[in-house]
Amino acid sequence: MNRLERKDRLVRLALLMIAFSAVSILAVITVFMFEQGTPIMFKYGLKSFLAGTDWYPSEKSFGLWPMIVGSIYVTTGAMVIGVPFGLACAIVLTEFSSKRVRGVIKPVIELLAGIPSVVYGFMGVVILVPFIRQTLGGPGLSVLAASIILGIMILPTIISISVDSIQAIPPAYREGSLALGATKWQTVRMVLLPAARSGIIASIILGMGRAIGETMAVIMIAGNAISVPRSLLAPVRTLTSNIALEMGYAAGEHRQALFATGVILFIIIMVLNTVANMTSSRRRRTKG
Amino acid sequence: MRVDPRLSQRIAKTLLWAMTILTVAVLVFIIFFVLRKGLPALDLDFLTRNPVDMGKGGGIFSTIIGTIVLTALAILIATPLGVGTAIYLTEYTWENTVTRVIRFGAECLAGIPSIIFGLFGFILFVTKLGFGWSILSGALTLAFMILPTIIRTSEEAIKSVPAAYRQVSFSLGGTKWQTVTRVVLPSAVPGIVTGIILSVGRSIGETAAVIFTAGSALRIPTSLFSSSRTMSVHFYILAREGISMSRAYGTAAVLVIAILLVNIATYYLMNRFIRRYS
Amino acid sequence: MRHPIFVLFLLLCMAGLPSCRGGRSQDDVIVAGSTSIQPFADKWAEVFMEKRPGLGVTVQGGGSSAGIQACKSGACQVGMSSRELKADEKDFREIVIARDGLAIIVHPSSPVRGATIAQVKQIFSGDLTNWKFLGGPDKEITVVTREEGSGTRGAFQDLVMGKTRIFRGAITEDSNGTVREIVAHDPHSIGFISLGLVNEQVRALALDGVAGNEANIRNGAYKLVRPFLFLTRGEPSAAAKAFIDFVLSDEGQALVKKDGLIPVK
Repeated sequence: MNRLERKDRLVRLALLMIAFSAVSILAVITVFMFEQGTPIMFKYGLKSFLAGTDWYPSEKSFGLWPMIVGSIYVTTGAMVIGVPFGLACAIVLTEFSSKRVRGVIKPVIELLAGIPSVVYGFMGVVILVPFIRQTLGGPGLSVLAASIILGIMILPTIISISVDSIQAIPPAYREGSLALGATKWQTVRMVLLPAARSGIIASIILGMGRAIGETMAVIMIAGNAISVPRSLLAPVRTLTSNIALEMGYAAGEHRQALFATGVILFIIIMVLNTVANMTSSRRRRTKG
Repeated sequence: MRVDPRLSQRIAKTLLWAMTILTVAVLVFIIFFVLRKGLPALDLDFLTRNPVDMGKGGGIFSTIIGTIVLTALAILIATPLGVGTAIYLTEYTWENTVTRVIRFGAECLAGIPSIIFGLFGFILFVTKLGFGWSILSGALTLAFMILPTIIRTSEEAIKSVPAAYRQVSFSLGGTKWQTVTRVVLPSAVPGIVTGIILSVGRSIGETAAVIFTAGSALRIPTSLFSSSRTMSVHFYILAREGISMSRAYGTAAVLVIAILLVNIATYYLMNRFIRRYS
Repeated sequence: MRHPIFVLFLLLCMAGLPSCRGGRSQDDVIVAGSTSIQPFADKWAEVFMEKRPGLGVTVQGGGSSAGIQACKSGACQVGMSSRELKADEKDFREIVIARDGLAIIVHPSSPVRGATIAQVKQIFSGDLTNWKFLGGPDKEITVVTREEGSGTRGAFQDLVMGKTRIFRGAITEDSNGTVREIVAHDPHSIGFISLGLVNEQVRALALDGVAGNEANIRNGAYKLVRPFLFLTRGEPSAAAKAFIDFVLSDEGQALVKKDGLIPVK
């Protein structure tokens, strides 16, 4: 074995150790979270943990239901706002605008993807919350405010991935449809959108993942009340806000309950990721 | 009743354009609002003086230092680990269940809410390992957060280097390591750097994980074990507690400009990449 | 490509060099906990560091319970608590450094200027939901409370609520400043913060006819009073002791008084 080959072996070993450490770090985080969180779920019973409506850690009451509902409401609201507007933008950017317009709008949208979430939250606090309180009533810190701000936050994700999916469709699809006499809109509706469906769904799921995981903006505008919201204008607390608000001082079982919340979030994200992977790989397979 | 397709197209176009203009207007409004309210507060004083009186007076210098040190350290920790892992996965192993599991794991972890990393970092670094609220705790936590992203983007970049490049190198007698360092990596560098820059952007804007691991001290950090406040954390505290609205906007303006510069850097690099290889 | 990496490496070494002496500098005091005490502690730290340039004092927030936890785990040397310690938290040295009133605040435009403590209890338990029962407009009361780990909330719970829970529909925020911001902008809201942090943006209600000020706290007429505590585990380090002594000294207590708190003496 000459010197170069020996060096190669060493390098390979070094890289193996690096890869191994990186992977084990990530594994440790996951294992630690599950190890801390799962015992308490079973101690109090999975049902009472997930469906209990009472969250009062100082009295050992760990019902997550209001926060689960809170996360669901807020994420659904964000999708209701983000998906239609995001798709509309994506369609306009790919099919109905010139290259110049696209060259201006696309960078702007990507810039907005990088704005810190606390800035979005702050915009919500100074503009949206007073507006809701004065025109619609309630404290302003509400499901509605959180949904709108989150919807705005996930727009860049949905737009850029959908645009990429639509642009990846072979020109033959468009040309064939137009050659058959269809209008551009008919082409979009009946040829392009179905063809890009898996990519668009993947973008929606990724947007949903971001909405579920958002913490800071939600803490600032949602009100953080530990009750199931009775209306769009009621204050709400999400699973992530719950962790952030109590993490500093939680001890013992309370801390384990927060880890358990993390486990639930992890499982939700994992499911979403799997679905997104499956739909986009289906696309790759059917494209041939 | 059949609607004339040209009419339905006109309606659709109008509706779609209206929604697009509204979307873009809202997004642009956010940037302009922050800059309009924040730029007046930006002067040399603001950028070079430390916060005074909990942030009511003075500038944001210590937070700028905190942000730079924390982000740089996180990148320094995560990049060798991430790129090394990516190289190993793509060049030194073959596609099997293990690599697929690792890839899936990295993708999942890329989507985990940052607050969970913050919780983990708080329990492990601040409390159990005794680092306390410090740059070390914060940087390690941030590094773990961006590691999956760096692994993923580096892998994509390395994979997209044409096989022909590698084959030519081997046919000229190069070893694996020579091929990797002199042929594959240089070609993949723009893609890798894009991933790093994306992570820089994410680290700058990260608040939840940072507050609980690096703390919120207002002084310039003197060592790795000092606590330090980043601009995002400072903005959060100023804005929520109403300490100083003008300074809050100023901090936000600095953040937005920083992200703008990061994005411009990405574009420049991507364009160079495309121009070089097409 | 080698040079930038080398420079970065050097910077890192310089950053880490002080820590190579073996962990945290012995002259650093980390003070963490109550968000009520935090703004004052920050000011005291500024003055203290001017007098003793070699010593560094860092102040963190997080809430009283977080400060107690941090003190227990060693993440800070001095914990700050704005409430009495509970029975299972008693293994600390407690030093009272000031006393503070608890203010019930409303928006400055509210016609309501006072209430009984019983009414406040009913509002926060969710039994009293409309301002009209207090002489205000016919509007639903927006209740703002603090997170469970807050010392201010703990004091409020002990002094006002007793065994009754704060109702779960209350808006929850994680610092005095944030509660004050919300009440300052919502005309139909009510909340509680440290009396020393009341400013012109909000109005403190008179309770049972007694206004919240230093005189009424000293003579015992104003009932909602809680101690500000500094906590240490066992003997404080030299630097921590110096800081605590400064806060308890005449000069420190004069600062305390100037900031709107009640000195210990």
